[in-house]
Amino acid sequence: MAHMTEVRWHGRGGQGAKTAATLLAEAALSEGKYSQGFPEYGPEREGAPMRGFTRISDEPIRLHCTIDSPDVVVVLDDTLLEAVDVCAGLATGGTVVVNTILKPEDIGKKLSASETKLFTVNATQIALDEIGRPIPNTPMLGALIKATGILKIDTIYNEVQEKLGKKFTRQIIDGNIHAVKRAYEEVKKE
Amino acid sequence: MRKIVALTGNDAVGTAMKQINPDVVAAFPITPQTELMHKFAEFHANGEVDTELVLVESEHSAMSACVGAAAAGARTMTATSAQGLALMWEILYVQASCRLPMVMPVVNRALNAPLNIHCDHSDTMGARDCGWIQIYSENTQEAYDNVIQGVPIGEKNDVRLPVMITLDGFILSHTMERVELLDDDEIQRFIGEYQHPHSLLDTENPVTYGPVDLPDYYFEHKRQQVLAMERAKDSILEVGRAFADLTGRDYGLFEEYRLGDAEIAILAMGSTAGTAKEAVDQLRDRGKKVGLLKLRVFRPFPYEELGQSLEHLKVLAIFDRAISFGSYGGALFSEVRSALFGAGRIPLVTNYIYGLGGRNISVEEIGSVFDELEHVAQTQQIENTITYLGVRE
Repeated sequence: MAHMTEVRWHGRGGQGAKTAATLLAEAALSEGKYSQGFPEYGPEREGAPMRGFTRISDEPIRLHCTIDSPDVVVVLDDTLLEAVDVCAGLATGGTVVVNTILKPEDIGKKLSASETKLFTVNATQIALDEIGRPIPNTPMLGALIKATGILKIDTIYNEVQEKLGKKFTRQIIDGNIHAVKRAYEEVKKE
Repeated sequence: MRKIVALTGNDAVGTAMKQINPDVVAAFPITPQTELMHKFAEFHANGEVDTELVLVESEHSAMSACVGAAAAGARTMTATSAQGLALMWEILYVQASCRLPMVMPVVNRALNAPLNIHCDHSDTMGARDCGWIQIYSENTQEAYDNVIQGVPIGEKNDVRLPVMITLDGFILSHTMERVELLDDDEIQRFIGEYQHPHSLLDTENPVTYGPVDLPDYYFEHKRQQVLAMERAKDSILEVGRAFADLTGRDYGLFEEYRLGDAEIAILAMGSTAGTAKEAVDQLRDRGKKVGLLKLRVFRPFPYEELGQSLEHLKVLAIFDRAISFGSYGGALFSEVRSALFGAGRIPLVTNYIYGLGGRNISVEEIGSVFDELEHVAQTQQIENTITYLGVRE
């Protein structure tokens, strides 16, 4: 089987984990890949822990189950680290990208897995600066791309442009693209 | 032009409905309806279809309006899910028994109570005796393809039966996947123009639908329905071949996956079949002779063909995503096992009830079932005929 990358998103209701998971899947398609993006539907309450999933592969994806052994974990809210084992099933050497104001070494202590490739970025601040709302999902896409190289960053810009272009004003679209770009540049490795 | 796009199952099937451009769609516009109908209503509001969209006050009314529309000679569609299908119950029989073709995508979801909106097959498996053709889909592409094929399958003159196309709730309906969309024109050519041979509106040749039918003829009409359902098998195969010519995607009554030389196999319907293929591949890499039969067409039930495909196995496990309360195992188990009694030899057959209310089913769990089946093959002993996979007792 060709290599497949599985990404698990951890967020809280309202932070846009579903949008990020599906947007990444849509973006993968424009690079000629196969993909799948879906959230875990539960009681949909703002602030409740929730998960999103993205699979990207060079070949058709037949799996139709949640991602229990991800290659990459993205955490949209660092308070989840106290509540959820975000690293559950993560392979040794797997990648973790966390939205936080803390330093990577301080976040590392909170994770159940050691020997991860850990990245941090203050995506909430970036979202506030660039979009005017504390929704960290689009900047976290930028951080994820820098951390993994799973897709090209230009593909994400195009996808954000196309997906948001249908619903939002130029200002919001540009804000999101700047947010992706800043997170891509500002993400730090442990 | 054909397009490769990322769509959820709901959006893909809503798009198929748009491309079919039915004459009439009657639908109940709020929960338990899914985003599928929301999508279609959007196409309708944007003037992208010529359909008369009738918004009614319940699913019972939706199906009733479909009976009227189909009897009048309209190419008719609706969509539903779970409780909605349950509320249609009475009229499902009317539609099938009046021999009125239509296509209805059903997003498979659990039935209440307790309240649950996630995937299992309780809704459509419950409707298995109502006279509708039932076709299950492994992924979003198949759901899209099956909806298109459903139109000519049911409309064929010696069949004339309604068709349910199912897709697993959330697992397909809300998951974004890669789908190849056909061109509008090629779909129109494929389904052709619908000519109802006995339209209620044809005043030159007046007909009656659903009149009183007493003991003197009712039985004969039921027998005709049975024969129509038997002929549906040929229609499904014929349409499947034409669809393969058009798209290169081959559809039969079921798919055999690494089954020919397998000693141990599972049989499943819907999205679980995809996950099971991964489990089969992993075990094959370790030299295990395992396989899968993915059942696509549950009604008409292809008992003869199944018997021929399965009789060489040592052990077979049937995966049921629904309970038939009080019966011995799931409905799929009962029917497949019964089919095998007419086959040359009978494998050891077990039943796994799984995934109710959207409980996740992983490659590892399917792998563990294969381990259990291997043990059965070695010992020739079935310890538990019916297993509730992963349930906490």
